[in-house]
Amino acid sequence: MADAIMQNREAAEQRITRAPLVTNNRSMAWITDHVASVTEKKAPVWWWVLFTISSALAVCSVLCIGYLISTGVGVWGLNHPVGWAWDITNFVFWIGIGHAGTLISAILFLTRQKWRTSINRAAEAMTLFAVVCAGIFPLIHVGRIWMVWFLAPVPNSNAIWQNFRSPLLWDVFAVSTYFTVSILFWYTGLVPDLATLRDRAKTKLRKFIYGIAALGWRGGNRQWRHYEMAYLILAGLSTPLVLSVHSVVSFDFATSVIPGWHTTIFPPYFVAGAIFGGFAMVLTIMLPARAIFGLHDLITDDHVDKMCKIIVLTGSIVGYAYAMEFFIAWYSGNPYERYVFVHNRLAAPFMSWFSWVPGIGPEMAALGANPAPYWWAYWSMIFCNVVAPQLFWSRYFRRHVIWVFIICNFVNAGMWFERFVIIVTSLHRDFLPSSWGMFYPTWVDIWTFTGTFGIFLALFLLFIRWLPMICIFEVKAVLPEADPHHGHDDHHREPVAVKGAAH
Amino acid sequence: MQRAGNPDSPLFGMAAEVPSASALYHAAEKVRDAGYTRWDVYSPFPIHGMDHAMGVKKSWLSALVFIGGITGLTIAAALTFYPSSIEYPLIVAGKPTNFFTVPAFFPIMFELTVLLSAFTATFGMLALNGLPRWNHPIFNWNRFDRVSDDGFFLAIEATDPEFDEEATRAMLEGLGAKHITLVYED
Repeated sequence: MADAIMQNREAAEQRITRAPLVTNNRSMAWITDHVASVTEKKAPVWWWVLFTISSALAVCSVLCIGYLISTGVGVWGLNHPVGWAWDITNFVFWIGIGHAGTLISAILFLTRQKWRTSINRAAEAMTLFAVVCAGIFPLIHVGRIWMVWFLAPVPNSNAIWQNFRSPLLWDVFAVSTYFTVSILFWYTGLVPDLATLRDRAKTKLRKFIYGIAALGWRGGNRQWRHYEMAYLILAGLSTPLVLSVHSVVSFDFATSVIPGWHTTIFPPYFVAGAIFGGFAMVLTIMLPARAIFGLHDLITDDHVDKMCKIIVLTGSIVGYAYAMEFFIAWYSGNPYERYVFVHNRLAAPFMSWFSWVPGIGPEMAALGANPAPYWWAYWSMIFCNVVAPQLFWSRYFRRHVIWVFIICNFVNAGMWFERFVIIVTSLHRDFLPSSWGMFYPTWVDIWTFTGTFGIFLALFLLFIRWLPMICIFEVKAVLPEADPHHGHDDHHREPVAVKGAAH
Repeated sequence: MQRAGNPDSPLFGMAAEVPSASALYHAAEKVRDAGYTRWDVYSPFPIHGMDHAMGVKKSWLSALVFIGGITGLTIAAALTFYPSSIEYPLIVAGKPTNFFTVPAFFPIMFELTVLLSAFTATFGMLALNGLPRWNHPIFNWNRFDRVSDDGFFLAIEATDPEFDEEATRAMLEGLGAKHITLVYED
């Protein structure tokens, strides 16, 4: 009788216990060795192949930027009325990608989501490299780049000060603060792991370089206590910071009077979109890295599952925002606002298929006959951002990495289209029909943007080679044996794998 | 007893190894209760509750960061108000430039507060930890390389008023610590 009760209890406990964060009962030495050895072995062939391709792409971007600076912004396709096009689209796209890294490292830290430990390092690195790519575009889109110091808060050569009430100047402060704080946060997190690399170093040169980089870290608790406080404070600072950065980016649009931009929903809508797109990019680069280095015990299928859930959540918030800005455009009664949403974005040729529907048939036929010039961009966005991620409601799609990878790439594309739709479709036809026009990218637009993927990937590959891509010390800290009270209540039947994960 | 470093140089302290995080935790409680003050425990990751076990107080880094944040806020207020309201009032769309335009400065005030707080948090943490530094006597001990892998160590410094080679050694042995070693400065 008692046995039966115990068995039932064990079965019930098994159902409610959480899966271990590190699978297969790996030891601390295994974790150190498995993560650190990636930086110590010779670079595999595929690394050189990828690095060559991505640096070649990066060079394309650099050459295009050189051409742009030496010739002028006229080499891009933007002109009146579309004065912001791919440049700002790419800027918002890349900076949004960065936000998932900060979310994982800061917000999930504050909310004590211990599963973040095996993905935060790579996600933070991704943040930095994405912000590098993002920063290029506002810098070069000013045209005369040697005048870019006009953005700095000092009087310019005519003794005129900046307009500190302008969102564009807020953006300068927000993005540069974000980049700086991201570096500080990332480096602070790296110091104990750099000490690991220093202590494992076999050659004098490695010992010297990692020794300098580790700053003399020795892992004493009198250091850890300040360290943990610093990390907590940096997480606490980064959380509102990441929300502020994309809010300020959205102010660039929202404080203007352009129909389609002038909306109060923009800050939360942009932030949700940034986290959404960023998580997709984290998975896009992490799944191949995990497969190549065999890190399945550290980045488990549960990690992927959780990230997919965040994608479906934020994707649905984004879908809600699309619907709500549409509703407000209609509800405001502003004809320009309505025009942008219906005739610059929504109206698509396939709407004429619905001309038989009673009631709305004639409207559908009319919209289908006069589609928006950029209808394909709008509907790609809807499909990629709202429809595709809904598959993640199903466990099947969250658990099969091929599907995860495919859907995440839909999201990556969709988030680029979102920024393109917001920027170009709003600008190309606004108040005066006499000033309407279209935007066509030039080869310089295309290769500058394509090249930023090269910059991003090349930096990420260098990161994988030289720094531990998983936060070694934090992963150890979530092992069951890291709990100081572990092993002292052995006479209780403890679900061993759970103890460390539980708090 | 084993020795690490140059025995002719001054003694840094006595170090020992324990097998696990929980052993280190309980060892720390006993060293604390024995009245030592200049000592530390070393581990590959921060151990939950170790501050209490060692009897050290909460880090006061947060106070430094508060000062850093206030400094950032002050700088931002000066940086926005002085040019925009006093030195070069830029009238945009006929709007006022007086003190009540302050909401337009909130983003910059926020960003600079965060920026200076973050700098203070990072560099303040390093300063409180006495980092960066080139070397430390404890690194003379070869076993200590595993502190960043899976080693758990404790070291009692020779400058501790309670330090006594024999008594300290006996205490460490009583804790079940292994590889008790005298570590020298050079």
